[in-house]
Amino acid sequence: MTTTAVTTGTVNPNQRRVALTGNEAVALAMRQINPDVVAAYPITPQTDIVQYFSSFVADGRVDTEFVTVESEHSAMSATVGAVAAGARAMTATSANGLALMWEVLYIAAGSRLPIVMPVVNRALSAPLNIHCDHSDAMGARDSGWVQLWSENAQEAYDNVIQAVRVAEHPKVLLPVMVCLDGFIISHALLNLHVLEDAAVRAFVGRYRPDHTLLDPERPVTVGPLDLYDFYFEHKRQQAEAMSEARAVILQVAEDYTRLSGRRYGFFEAHRLEDADSAVVVLGSAAGTARFVVDELRRRGRKVGLLKLRVFRPFPGRELAETLARLQTVAVLDRAEGFSTAGGPLFTEVRSALYALAEDGGRGPASPGAPPLTMNFIYGLGGRDLDPGDIESVFDRLATAVETGSTRTPDTGRVGPLIEYLGVRE
Amino acid sequence: MTVREGAGWREIPRGGLILTAGNATAYKTGAWRTFRPVWHPDRCIQCLLCWIYCPDAAIVVKDGKVAGVDYRYCKGCGVCATECPDKAHALEMTREEAGGET
Repeated sequence: MTTTAVTTGTVNPNQRRVALTGNEAVALAMRQINPDVVAAYPITPQTDIVQYFSSFVADGRVDTEFVTVESEHSAMSATVGAVAAGARAMTATSANGLALMWEVLYIAAGSRLPIVMPVVNRALSAPLNIHCDHSDAMGARDSGWVQLWSENAQEAYDNVIQAVRVAEHPKVLLPVMVCLDGFIISHALLNLHVLEDAAVRAFVGRYRPDHTLLDPERPVTVGPLDLYDFYFEHKRQQAEAMSEARAVILQVAEDYTRLSGRRYGFFEAHRLEDADSAVVVLGSAAGTARFVVDELRRRGRKVGLLKLRVFRPFPGRELAETLARLQTVAVLDRAEGFSTAGGPLFTEVRSALYALAEDGGRGPASPGAPPLTMNFIYGLGGRDLDPGDIESVFDRLATAVETGSTRTPDTGRVGPLIEYLGVRE
Repeated sequence: MTVREGAGWREIPRGGLILTAGNATAYKTGAWRTFRPVWHPDRCIQCLLCWIYCPDAAIVVKDGKVAGVDYRYCKGCGVCATECPDKAHALEMTREEAGGET
């Protein structure tokens, strides 16, 4: 099933409970994976990951060749080279570091190199800001990387381990970003369940590439010139791999559930079965939204939450089928795409709903008009999202249901669909 | 594995991987040419500078002597004509009329 919730109800006995920050949890997952190569450059708020991991290297707790580089462009380049040479390689970054990796992100994906990279989400400059928003990862959404998003340190830990299997699956062979919110997740302590080292090593297995640069018996060329005669075919292959990743992500999640007791899917559907209105979110905002949904439910309001975990590939069909029968949906974007047509998450959710509506009664969803959709942009540069903000979103949705329209006489609105949550007028 | 010309996306190695060594000869670059080096055997002093400098392998040498230009690969860069000693002037660049590999 695609609509699985994360539960820690049944914790398998091969785990212990520890208090870790998100960055510590990610560094621990990396230690347990024990990659052959890590090449990284520190940047706030990712720094701890690299710092903790370098101490694991110094203490001999991993077999990793740790490459200190002079920039993120080099970090990703060294990682690309290592994976092409047959190593399991990882790096991690944030914000402007991710931006500096830009061209190499496409080279990693286009060369089909299964790199796993935690991205600790932070606002892009300018103006300079070190706090959380999703502008970094959203900017890389079309680079051909799988994107898994995390609500908290537990999910960041679990996603990093699963990402290895997704990336290296023979039908996928694509790089994977594991996104976690800067500071909110990366620096906050959480009691989480972690697996034993041996369990993680067994789960990720050994990386056995079919072709490597270091095999003199079977020499290969990686990244050659590829003009109008074959480039298009290679992009078509890449699209197919991203499509194949859908089933692989679910299969790996199922295997991981058997190991950990925690369930993952494309998204978590919280109290959506009989809901009239819902919010769609990525990342740590889901915790706040879930709290508000439960609170409003106690007051008798039929509200729900869809927390997206997999943004690339985008599970449009499954998401639309889950939301189709609702009256209103608010999509919360922690990034301003400046398209004036809505944030990046909004445009995709809305498009998916439209596609399902076009499909009419043929799909499992009920035919008819799709839900009214609204876009709320929030939390840029680390601006807090509090329960009152989410409640105000549900109030706006209720007004939209009453009036049959998402339009309001607000001032300061860029487009008819976009509202800014928590900005000062 | 040799990739067939015109092969579909399901048939080719992923991500542009080339799985055979020494495959550059399979890639004919002569069609790139807009200027064509013309070799005059009567003026050639057999210094082999053109062969040394050719960035491809388009100067044909037989029995240790320059024997012509391989137009299947020559991209028309003109390095050979530039390096050919002035007193010999055995390689001249002319405008490519029809293009092609011959």
